[in-house]
Amino acid sequence: MSEVKKIATRESYGNALKELGASHPDIIVFDADLAGSTKTAVFGKAFPDRHFDCGIAEGNMMCVAAGAAAMGMTPFASSFAMFASGRAFEQIRNSIGYPRLNVKICASHAGISVGEDGASHQCCEDFAIMRAIPNMVVMCPADDVEARAMVRAAYEYKGPVYIRLGRSPVPVFDHRPDYSFTIGKGEVLAEGDDVAVIATGLMVYEAMEAAKRLREEGVSARVINMATIKPLDEELVLKAARECGRIVTAEEHSVIGGLGEAVCAAVAESGIPCKVRRVGVNDEFGRSGPADALLKRFGLSAEHIAEVALRI
Amino acid sequence: MTEKEKKELQITACKIRMGVIEGTYHAKSGHPGGSLSAAELFAYLYHRELNVDPKNPQWPERDRFVLSKGHTAPGLYAALALRGFFPWEDIKTLRQIDSHLQGHPNMNSTPGVDMSTGSLGQGISAACGMALAARVQGNPCRVYALLGDGELQEGQVWEAMMFAGHYKLDNLCAAIDNNGLQIDGKVADVMSVYPIPDKLRAFGWECCEIDGHDFDQMKAAFTQARATRGKPFAIVMRTVKGKGVSFMEDQAGWHGKGPNQAEYEQAMAELNARLAELEAM
Repeated sequence: MSEVKKIATRESYGNALKELGASHPDIIVFDADLAGSTKTAVFGKAFPDRHFDCGIAEGNMMCVAAGAAAMGMTPFASSFAMFASGRAFEQIRNSIGYPRLNVKICASHAGISVGEDGASHQCCEDFAIMRAIPNMVVMCPADDVEARAMVRAAYEYKGPVYIRLGRSPVPVFDHRPDYSFTIGKGEVLAEGDDVAVIATGLMVYEAMEAAKRLREEGVSARVINMATIKPLDEELVLKAARECGRIVTAEEHSVIGGLGEAVCAAVAESGIPCKVRRVGVNDEFGRSGPADALLKRFGLSAEHIAEVALRI
Repeated sequence: MTEKEKKELQITACKIRMGVIEGTYHAKSGHPGGSLSAAELFAYLYHRELNVDPKNPQWPERDRFVLSKGHTAPGLYAALALRGFFPWEDIKTLRQIDSHLQGHPNMNSTPGVDMSTGSLGQGISAACGMALAARVQGNPCRVYALLGDGELQEGQVWEAMMFAGHYKLDNLCAAIDNNGLQIDGKVADVMSVYPIPDKLRAFGWECCEIDGHDFDQMKAAFTQARATRGKPFAIVMRTVKGKGVSFMEDQAGWHGKGPNQAEYEQAMAELNARLAELEAM
């Protein structure tokens, strides 16, 4: 793995934002005293007149962004996932989701891979919280290439968007020159028909590694990158259910309310006979430690995905 | 302000009060108390202060108004109808299924509503975002917000006040309807927000106190707000909750319920008498 180039998706976000900012004067960026960490500072340095620190007041920030959107601007509002989706839930629900305002909430430091800061900062509930808000698009990129494309797609889309970004550097693996990103479309990264692994975020790379291990065991695993959690690409999920009959979902999020449950609902309501197992954080809080060690401890690894896929 | 001008505004405020009673009576619910206390403010905003065009409610350079105390939508709706944003008859559909007049303001259903509100504390933050965006865009519009006094108990209000002071949003003007009552009783007893002007000044605002039912004082306050540079401006209005309907005045119980048939008839009789009195002046 050491030879693989690694970039944190929050870095990709800062760079993409700066790139977009040059040609789109309607972009205005808000942060809540975390600009250096969420990487909105990259935009702020290039466009200081359109970057505003709101201080440690996430609720106010979300509504300020809503107000700017009501004026026709395209606000990006950033904080850590815990405070963006948690502290400011009701502001997002009532002042962004309900009026369908064009605010892009880009939340970094999501999941267990926050590492040493521990449970108070390791948000594993943001998919669940954001999915429940009508009008909200919920996405999570797997690598640098996808993150940058996703930020651009979010800008072009008119309406509220939540993008989950990570703190830790993750492998950059998608090097196709013709790469393109479409909101609401999952992508088959590896073909296979014994089992389908549907993953999102940093678990996509793990899913591909798991598929290699499974191949060695004689199991042909389809790997699907589900970058958009909502609206879910049900067509692709149901195709996998029909053709593989077995699905493992993988996300750096609680098994409650995230990608796994969204896939379960789609499969159950379709009537297609298909077993589903969810790999994620099992209804427990995280803890301090190095990100890599935590991911292993919480079963968010290629090994665990492969084990679950073999047992299903 | 000439006596004629004042009389016109008083007539408008009286008609807004009729709209509040009409709407909450037909809805059998809603919030008459805080709508009635702000009737003069709604009248002044929509007939003197706000640069808006009912024929073009989305005009980009219009002044914005955010009803941060969104539950007093009946007052806003009556003002918008009187200003010509939609037919007066719509008032009778308040809160009913398929009406564009939602229980709390919805910017996507009602012409003239600039921001969806209802959850206290959020509107003033949105108004801050509008004022800041207008500055970035070079849009000459001004942004106005109306808050309740009980609403000041929301922590978010002070996050917003800090933001407006920090960014010196002098295109922002907030009015605070200090009627002294909230659902559970007197604001002073439930959770005191006083002294309001001292707090606002400490957060970087320019501030004045007026009788919120006096148009001369209101005109002076808004004139001062327009002339203020480098600071957001707040107008703390001393008002009477339920003003204009004898049995609703200064009664916390009329915060959030609609009048029954007898109460409706009495309220309308009182307001009609007041209107006749004003028109005869």
